[in-house]
Amino acid sequence: MTVLTQGLRDSGIVAWRNLLNVRRNADWLFAAVIQPIMFVLLFAYVFGGALGGGQYREFLIAGIFVQTISFNSAFTVIGLCNDLQKGIIDRFRSLPMSRLAVLLGRTTSDLVVSALALLIMSLCGLLVGWRIRGSFLDAVLAYLLLLLFGFAMSWIGALIGLSAPSVEVAQSAGLMWLFPLSFISSAFVGAGTMPGPLRVVAEWNPFTAVIQSVRDLFGNEAPPGMAPPPGWPADNAVLYALLSSIVILAVFVPLSVAKYRRVASK
Amino acid sequence: MPTDTAVRAEALVKTFGSTRALDGIDLEIPTGTVLGLLGPNGAGKTTAVRILTTLLRPDSGRAWVAGHDVLAEPDKVRRSIGLSGQYAAVDENLTGFENLYMVGRLYGMNKPDARTRATELINRFRLTDAAARPSKTYSGGMRRRLDLAGALVAEPQVVLLDEPTTGLDPRGRLDTWEVIGELVADGATVLLTTQYLEEADQLADTILVIDHGKVIASGTADQLKAEVGGERLEIVVAEESEVEATTRVLAEVGSAEPTVDRHGKRVQVLVDAGPKSLVEALRRLDVENVTVLDVGLHRPTLDDVFLSLTGHATEETA
Ligand SMILES: Nc1ncnc2c1ncn2[C@@H]1O[C@H](COP(=O)(O)OP(=O)(O)O)[C@@H](O)[C@H]1O
Ligand SMILES: [Mg+2]
Repeated sequence: MTVLTQGLRDSGIVAWRNLLNVRRNADWLFAAVIQPIMFVLLFAYVFGGALGGGQYREFLIAGIFVQTISFNSAFTVIGLCNDLQKGIIDRFRSLPMSRLAVLLGRTTSDLVVSALALLIMSLCGLLVGWRIRGSFLDAVLAYLLLLLFGFAMSWIGALIGLSAPSVEVAQSAGLMWLFPLSFISSAFVGAGTMPGPLRVVAEWNPFTAVIQSVRDLFGNEAPPGMAPPPGWPADNAVLYALLSSIVILAVFVPLSVAKYRRVASK
Repeated sequence: MPTDTAVRAEALVKTFGSTRALDGIDLEIPTGTVLGLLGPNGAGKTTAVRILTTLLRPDSGRAWVAGHDVLAEPDKVRRSIGLSGQYAAVDENLTGFENLYMVGRLYGMNKPDARTRATELINRFRLTDAAARPSKTYSGGMRRRLDLAGALVAEPQVVLLDEPTTGLDPRGRLDTWEVIGELVADGATVLLTTQYLEEADQLADTILVIDHGKVIASGTADQLKAEVGGERLEIVVAEESEVEATTRVLAEVGSAEPTVDRHGKRVQVLVDAGPKSLVEALRRLDVENVTVLDVGLHRPTLDDVFLSLTGHATEETA
């Protein structure tokens, strides 16, 4: 067996095991299924009502999609930290399995969870008035881009999970860095409404690029005053979103694998 | 490395900050035998196991397992070993069967083989009734058995068990001993670590006593007992108030620090001169007006060995 096929095979086995865990653990099931529903409904009606009704609700959906799938990277953080704590990583590392499999299996199972969340959120979105107004192909591209970005975020989560000293720290560290990133973006308000420095950060934030791409591809127009300020990131949103995801993967996959090779149980 | 040696380590050193967890350990396990690595908490047992199972790189020194260098050929080593770590590493949300099936698959077995092997082990470890339940519903003993089974999935040549009975009730401990006995009967080479002297005595062909990362004695249980040479003098007195004087006397007569059981009014010490020491002790106790209810002179146990080697008792007797 080549290194690659063994890596994929072993990752598949680990992913299978992780998904059984998600299915049987009430907390995880809640986070994977109920939370996305809550997000769409809460944001749509709490913010939507105040900030511009139907058109704003439609604008909001892409932001909620991106926020939810990036928050799903916390599954990777907590999952890996848990496995470390329980000695399960020790067992894996003593087996003649691929060194990539525990991490790739984890990020892959989270990809499945994210796909499920996207499906649920899309159905809820349709319920609150969101529509896909672009072509079928563009819509497919939007979903693929969302999944790619979520996958890249999971690899950042992998490094955090392997580095966290305890599950409690992992739990908060896994989400903390995502709050500024997701709020200083065009997820909930147009970047143009923000004050000077924040506005620059928001314009160049990869979150904004993914959100803007998804809005463009779904054909969801911004309500008045929330349109992206013109500039390279907004004009090349899809390209920038793709590039950011690839750069994140290129940096965090090797870092996480290197960390995994040396990691010790707590 | 000769083929009749299954595990060999030379001058292993590992430091964590200022702690020397291993301070130059040598060991050798002949194929098909059991080595007991005996030492108190913090002695370096887990660190040694982690190095031999490729989980940790030593600062210096070399080691071979099943003919493969742990540093140069870690993957070949992993193919030849089964590890059961200090804490049972089972996935709580998976059933017992699923845990073993997953390990089998990760050893490279195809699906039918992994299934067959998982079922075999479930039955052998008396988990049949619980096989389809998530392992979080298992008792401590059942989890430990499941973890042990995980180490045996691929019928490894060398099995490493880190404190396999710590935290188990007496029945769980006996169960585990039985399983380890069977393993050896099947021809596996076993390294097991323990804090329990009786356990090493019971299961191991050879015992390596380690403390502060150093080997302080090695040999069979009998050899170790002989090495201590002396015998154990035991005195039981009438009043608790007499225990202190008795301890003082036995400290003078004995060759190591006495151990005191204040409640049982019992004091013990290792002595070099057997009956002579006994007479001397009784004479002095008489001078001190201590009422002796019972006296005994015993061949040393492994506990005595440990005490005389390290100058302190094991966790168990401390
Ligand atoms: N990862 C680590 N970081 C720091 N110190 C450690 C680490 N692992 C072990 N030690 C220290 O090394 C010594 C030996 O530990 P260990 O091998 O676990 O002993 P044992 O298994 O015999 O109880 C102890 O003093 C322990 O605190
Ligand atoms: Mg230990």
